[in-house]
Amino acid sequence: MKLRDDQIERYSRQILLPAVGGKGQEKLLNAKVLIIGAGGLGSPCALYLASAGIGTLGIVDSDKVELNNLQRQIVHSVNTVGSPKVDSAKDRLNAINPDVKVIPYNIRLTSANILDIIKDYDMVVDGSDNFPTRYLVNDACVFFNKPLSHGGIFRFDGQAITILPHKSACYRCLFSEPPPPGLVPSCQEAGILGAVAGIIGTIQANEVLKYVLGIGEVLAGKLLVFNALDSFFRQVKVSRDPKCPVCGENPSITKLIDYEQFCHLRRKE
Amino acid sequence: MPITVRIPTPLQKVTQNKAEVVLSGSNIREMIDGLERNFPGIKERICDEKGKIRRFINIYVNEEDIRFLKQDQTSLKDGDEVSIIPAIAGG
Repeated sequence: MKLRDDQIERYSRQILLPAVGGKGQEKLLNAKVLIIGAGGLGSPCALYLASAGIGTLGIVDSDKVELNNLQRQIVHSVNTVGSPKVDSAKDRLNAINPDVKVIPYNIRLTSANILDIIKDYDMVVDGSDNFPTRYLVNDACVFFNKPLSHGGIFRFDGQAITILPHKSACYRCLFSEPPPPGLVPSCQEAGILGAVAGIIGTIQANEVLKYVLGIGEVLAGKLLVFNALDSFFRQVKVSRDPKCPVCGENPSITKLIDYEQFCHLRRKE
Repeated sequence: MPITVRIPTPLQKVTQNKAEVVLSGSNIREMIDGLERNFPGIKERICDEKGKIRRFINIYVNEEDIRFLKQDQTSLKDGDEVSIIPAIAGG
């Protein structure tokens, strides 16, 4: 693959970096990354990845753009309110960088469709907004051995961790089970400061860039915790749990749990 | 033995919006009981009916997860920083 003149110009500020160079840029252009959720986390992440020239960006979201999204979901605009988020994101990303092949998936992920979607990608970014999807994505990535950048936000708090399945801790090693429905409010109910989504989503983009380029150290085995009110970042160690239900020594979860059923089961308890 | 406990946003409703609480206790169990004395209701947010720490909440002493130390018997010393970190799902 030979970089065109306009690509050399477009990406010059990162090609200049000794750890990137023309070879690194080619890696980025050949990379396929799937972003789950075109919301608060997915927006900044997709903008940076498209700008950096990630060659193929899949985006999964079943929602339409609403006016109350624009406070933090910066890939969308007033002009796309009412349109599917994936189409709104595709238009904006291609307006920035037409090199990027954006593949929209205007669907809700389920145990029946997730493997088919993630199988073609090199890495997955979880920017979803609910526990059932997060556990579904984690389990699917462990089963299919896909590196996963996980990010979560709540009010003024943010968290990020990168999961290299069977090498570093997965999300269930960290939190083996989701909270019962109703115990932890969602962003919709609890509110979120837009910049917190920007910070964590940008960290997720940075994790993808490092992973694809093979530089630095990803947040594997480490949970990054951020609090916006005191601008406090901290990292805690996350070891692989030998008792992890998906990637431990005797896994009790061997097939994907459909999230609706998951919630239903949880409610019955 | 003063230790600093970092309270996550979802639990700050119980701690009167305090993000940091200083208290004493020689292990995690005592620390949780100390929190409960100061902020009634916080224990049931952290522990289940059997008193076990809930599976979507982790407690760290400095950078170490107590699940890989001695769970709630993990001892604490002067100046330790304890973080309570719950799973959060917003995006």
